[in-house]
Amino acid sequence: MIGALEYEFMRNAIYAGIMASIACGLIGVYVITKRIVFISGGIAHASFGGIGLGYLAGFSPVLGAMFFAVAAALGMGGVTRKTKIPEDTAIGILWAMGMALGVVFIGLAPGYAPDLFGYLFGNILTVSSSDLLLMAGLNVFIIAVVLALYKEFQALSFDEEFGKVAGLPVNFLYLLLLGLIALTIVLLIRVVGIILVIALLTIPATLARQFTHDMKKMMFLAVVFGIALTFFGLWLSYEFDLASGATIILLSGSVMMVTFVVRYLLERRRRLAVTGVSEEEAGDFHFHKTGTP
Amino acid sequence: MSNHEVVRLEDVWVQYNHVPVLESINLSIKQNDFIGVIGPNGGGKTTLLKVVLGLVSPRRGTVSVLGRSPAESRHYLGYVPQHGIFDREFPISVWEVVLMGRLSTSRLFRRYSRTDRQAAEDALRVVDMLQYKDRQIGKLSGGEQQRVFIARALVSHPKLLLLDEPTASVDPAMQAEFFELLEGLRSEMAIILVSHDISAVSVSVETIACLNRHLHYHGPAEITAEVLEATYKCPVQMIAHGAVPHRVLKEH
Repeated sequence: MIGALEYEFMRNAIYAGIMASIACGLIGVYVITKRIVFISGGIAHASFGGIGLGYLAGFSPVLGAMFFAVAAALGMGGVTRKTKIPEDTAIGILWAMGMALGVVFIGLAPGYAPDLFGYLFGNILTVSSSDLLLMAGLNVFIIAVVLALYKEFQALSFDEEFGKVAGLPVNFLYLLLLGLIALTIVLLIRVVGIILVIALLTIPATLARQFTHDMKKMMFLAVVFGIALTFFGLWLSYEFDLASGATIILLSGSVMMVTFVVRYLLERRRRLAVTGVSEEEAGDFHFHKTGTP
Repeated sequence: MSNHEVVRLEDVWVQYNHVPVLESINLSIKQNDFIGVIGPNGGGKTTLLKVVLGLVSPRRGTVSVLGRSPAESRHYLGYVPQHGIFDREFPISVWEVVLMGRLSTSRLFRRYSRTDRQAAEDALRVVDMLQYKDRQIGKLSGGEQQRVFIARALVSHPKLLLLDEPTASVDPAMQAEFFELLEGLRSEMAIILVSHDISAVSVSVETIACLNRHLHYHGPAEITAEVLEATYKCPVQMIAHGAVPHRVLKEH
């Protein structure tokens, strides 16, 4: 792998992994604590419509995806807040409609769509310098907003109703948060693709959550875990010649499962230790009983 | 000044999906009032609080809080929501929860000021929870969490404190202490407490109202078995105010 760093595409891939990890570490913490995983998945899939439009109209599919993701975020946020349609129903419908639009657009576009698979499942090895520039710009924006509105987003995630009573513009903040999720998804498209995005938004943050109850530390840890997972995933995919995005996701999911099993075993051991003590006490008690008939 | 009206509801009606929840509610709360609203689950107690907070707008009638609309007066209100609806694992400390009470539109993009932090410290001291300020909220007992949520409501120096089922998670031994805390706050603000648990409002509450879609508003000595029966549709405990506060269980 060290030798592979000579190649520009490999260096770009690593930079892309780092930048994707920063965005999904920060935003992923909100996604899992506010429990908006499903709406995030919906935004990601709906952005496929933009990829199709890019092919059809002849502009960058990533720009199309950005436009569609933000529109889907505002649409889903607006519909779930302002109408009586149940939230999961609205998300499910917009999710499928976005994808359907993408399929229709690609069908209408002349020729065939060569790197379509890369948009769906990621191809970190094809990240160009201009992609990196776009990712950097999005990251700067995401970091700036999270820094500026950290306490507001925390309040929104913890107790939205109280936030409203305290005078926060909660609907605006919610739509802004969904907008940031949309931008994060765009950042991640090149790395893992729109289908697999949701794993990178949730796994590093969930891993981080097991180590701290401080939101800032959680974000920091999530970024670190994200970088480690994308780096090792990339290395595995290079060594064994596997699809990069899918390898990163499978590695992340496996690490996640291992930590859950380890945690379960540790807790069981602690429980057994506690009951072990009480068994000894019970033994003492029996001894006294039989000793003094 | 002590007669200053904090809340006024006139002929307020609320419906959810064409099902009436509140009907023709009239309510007047003055400064330093302590009113307990009791009624069965589903009787509209939480809705009544949300009307005062401006979170639910009535279909008919007028609501005024401190002479203005509820939304305009919100920063004069302290709200302690029904317990147990938050995520125990949420990464937030007691300190951060209390500071939430200082959030408002004007503070967007800004850090908490020295005044904000001082107010949070004072509020935590009032509820005797300052020593737990760095603890994660989920790692406290139910009663301790309730104290933190009261501190969060107090931190904005409200003129009216609204409590939704505040004793649900407080064990009976702690309830006396809890009411002592509220008693201490009365000199500074009006208090509305809603509960389905009659014993929760019996002793320290000055005025009791029974709510089951309609609001029956009573002075201290007026609450009778008939009134409670009308609210709960079954014989219930009676409340008596005397030299020694006590309750008599009515025969079924």
